[in-house]
Amino acid sequence: MSALLNTLATALSGGNVRIVDLTQTLSPDFPAIVLPPEMGQSQPFRQEAISKYDDRGPGWYWNNFTLGEHTGTHFDAPIHWVSGRDLPNNAVDTMPAAHFMAPACVLDCTKESAENPDFLLTAEWIKAWEAKHGQIPKGAWVLMRTGWSKHLTDRNDAVAYQNMDATGQHTPGPDTEAVLFLVKERDVIGFGTETIGTDAGQGFHLKPPYPCHYYMHGAGKYGLQCLTNLDQLPTTGAMIVAAPLKLRQGSGSPLRVFALVEEA
Amino acid sequence: MANPLNRPSRKNPIVKTRLPTLPPTTRGRFALGLTAAATEGRFELQVCADCGAVQYPPREACNQCLSVELKWTPQSGAGELIATTVLHHSNDLFYRDRMPWRIGMVRLDAANDKGPSVVAHLHGDVGEAPSRVRLTARLDRSGQAVIYALPEKETPNMADDPQYRETTCDPKFRKVLVTDGKTALGQAVVKALAAAGADLIWVGQAEPWKMSPGLDKLREFPQVAIVPLDVTDADSVNKLAAEIGGKVDIVVNTAELHRSGGIGDRDNTDTARREMDVNYFGLLRLGQSFGGAMKFRAADGQSSAVAWVNLLSIYALSNFAPHGTYSASKAAALSLSQCLRTELGAAGVRVINVFPGPIDDEWNQLLPPPKLGASVVASAIVKALKDGVEDVYPGDVAQEWLTKYRENPKVLELELRGGGM
Repeated sequence: MSALLNTLATALSGGNVRIVDLTQTLSPDFPAIVLPPEMGQSQPFRQEAISKYDDRGPGWYWNNFTLGEHTGTHFDAPIHWVSGRDLPNNAVDTMPAAHFMAPACVLDCTKESAENPDFLLTAEWIKAWEAKHGQIPKGAWVLMRTGWSKHLTDRNDAVAYQNMDATGQHTPGPDTEAVLFLVKERDVIGFGTETIGTDAGQGFHLKPPYPCHYYMHGAGKYGLQCLTNLDQLPTTGAMIVAAPLKLRQGSGSPLRVFALVEEA
Repeated sequence: MANPLNRPSRKNPIVKTRLPTLPPTTRGRFALGLTAAATEGRFELQVCADCGAVQYPPREACNQCLSVELKWTPQSGAGELIATTVLHHSNDLFYRDRMPWRIGMVRLDAANDKGPSVVAHLHGDVGEAPSRVRLTARLDRSGQAVIYALPEKETPNMADDPQYRETTCDPKFRKVLVTDGKTALGQAVVKALAAAGADLIWVGQAEPWKMSPGLDKLREFPQVAIVPLDVTDADSVNKLAAEIGGKVDIVVNTAELHRSGGIGDRDNTDTARREMDVNYFGLLRLGQSFGGAMKFRAADGQSSAVAWVNLLSIYALSNFAPHGTYSASKAAALSLSQCLRTELGAAGVRVINVFPGPIDDEWNQLLPPPKLGASVVASAIVKALKDGVEDVYPGDVAQEWLTKYRENPKVLELELRGGGM
């Protein structure tokens, strides 16, 4: 083993590098993305035992499960959006393996999101963050920490997590300028959120609609959604491992996403 | 008059639950004609096409002229009670639990004064002989037709007579699960059940993050409890059954998914799958989770488990291509409900299938009237429970389809194919 990986192995076993699981548990009651009912619908997670040490299979337990590509904690590939449809290597099976690991910058918008569920992350806000924590490096994940995952993990409140009213969903996300800044000025690898989409709940009403999907995927960038435990990550310096399932021409995939964090 | 029904006292938890028994179940092929009419609430007897004699009991050939041209014909049921008696003993396990039991001999009115005489179960408000009565064919707990003599005119609390209640599935003082309260129809059913005196109504709510203002209004009813239930999720169905399955007396399965379109309107199976997942597999999951406890509790005192109502569609009888995949899912549900009927029927729990024509909702927006209001279907469901029938076809469209289907199902299919309906 190389000296570098040997050091990592030692750090992992010795606890100097900690693994933080950023994944929500897939269960049937995990809230699915809401679209108008006349449109195609993403299947929620469903699970049924094939056998459970019983007459269907006396010595073993296993399940069948079904779900949409964008269910639970999941990865978005550029092909997911019309703006990224013609890019090379734009699906989860063709994306470069080198992209499975990347460093992360965690933007803590917890306070703003608690005060305003429709909080929009702006380019100004990001520049102010950089003034404190340094410039977002090229090829980094930008993770928008909002505390939103705690609606599920701490309170099991899917209604608050979805936060819908007669005008649709109200959850925080980036505005158009912020997305363009991250794509064009910082060349990030992708954008991650704790909410059900990388765009704000009211992102349909921005210009263009769903700017994070539109510009990120249009530039070959990725998305991560329904993340949790972002509060256990350092502001900078965590290494994200996000390798989606190798689905033929998959637009995304549920995945186990985690971070390597070096203890101070 | 019958004593008004009181709310039953709470169940004594140290007394063994009585197990369900059935009254005599076996009928010959010809007698099933009587039951077939009774499943829709009609009293029919065979009438000889050659000599006009009304036949009872059902038979192969006329008891007057031996003609085999016997036609099932609706009867008014008017007749004269000529004798009564009270049974104090029976070796039949069902009747042993229900003694004493009053029966009588009734001569049906007939033009030629040759109306048949019928041994009938007597409603408690039927007096001593001689007196005028109305005969009706009712379904007993075995699901077979038996003949009941009712007083000539309505009497107070008539539905509360204990002997008569053995043929009804009245929601009064019963606990009911309405599987989907998010639709206008589900909400109308809850309101109709509350008005009919249901003791407790659990109302299922799937995907609670999708709002349903009408559902919130139901919270104002003191007997309503809104519970999480998603019939597409076996875990959700099992969890609710574990919590309340031992208390549910009536299931009203209002959960359905309806999209328009046939085979060529889409190039994938996603929508059809979801229709099947709710309309067919939903019923299957509910049956697997709730059926067992209902069978066990089918003789559990005054408020026993008694009925299961399925919201089907008249399109279950013959495919309506503009709503083709929905029709297919309802046909599958109809077939499965017949399986459920056999299984629950073995314990005396009635399965009621409701076949409405198009309902006036958002998915039928482009269909021309007549369309059924939700409250009309809800009333039909409660009436079916009170009457103890098996099949109801609410509305003009359903009635027209049914008539044509009965006349010749192939002609109905051909008419639908030609767009003539």
